[in-house]
Amino acid sequence: MITSTRREFIKNATALTGYSILSGTGLLHSQRVFAEWAATNFEPSPMEQVLKNVLKGKPVIDSDKIYLKIPQTADNKTPVPITVQTDLKNIQSISILVEQNPAPLVATFELSSALEPFVSTRLKLMRTSFVFVLLETEKVFYGIKQTVIVSEGVC
Amino acid sequence: MSSIKIRSKRIDGKTQIRTLITHPMENGFNRDKKTNTLIPAHFIHTLTLVHNDKIVSTSYMGMSISKDPFFVFMLHGGAVGDTIVIYWEDNLGNNDSETHVMI
Repeated sequence: MITSTRREFIKNATALTGYSILSGTGLLHSQRVFAEWAATNFEPSPMEQVLKNVLKGKPVIDSDKIYLKIPQTADNKTPVPITVQTDLKNIQSISILVEQNPAPLVATFELSSALEPFVSTRLKLMRTSFVFVLLETEKVFYGIKQTVIVSEGVC
Repeated sequence: MSSIKIRSKRIDGKTQIRTLITHPMENGFNRDKKTNTLIPAHFIHTLTLVHNDKIVSTSYMGMSISKDPFFVFMLHGGAVGDTIVIYWEDNLGNNDSETHVMI
């Protein structure tokens, strides 16, 4: 393909390398080897059931070394920013759960040792609820929770 | 036009990776106002972060992540010329990836 401008050429070149890195190193395949997206955990189900699936029998210890940043009040329709940070070592994954949402498990971030135990995202909250954050280590989970008051239909 | 935007910034020997993905993230409970029928669920369920050909994070998520999801990750180290690839897959089988070169 002949590309006319430099900008277009660069765009095409990077698009191509992006795909070839993924397919070349077999990432598109090896992704399957990673723990498959567990659809059942993210379906609307009661909190106890989801907790049981997430914890896999490991105990939970409350920790004050997890820094959870989330607004105390929020609106029903707007995304709520959440930031999780910790001083704890050897964190394998960070899970965010919202008790009153139809599907309580919001997300699980599996982090390798190349990443800081830090994650930030935006969630939807349906109503006033506890927000739980669970940090997985080899033997135990560390947890923290905070209430977020959600106002509905402010108009 | 890719659906993913990636920005990186180096802060005290760490690299902050911010990503914004354009995606409706429908949870399946919203109704179409015109036809009054439920809009089917449509959300990203897997997000993979690759640094220099190595998977550093795989994230699984549900319908509670906001529309046009935004994520921040912190990488130990990171240098000029390192590549970051972000790849997502949603419940309807769509996927997209984007490469970013640190500057």
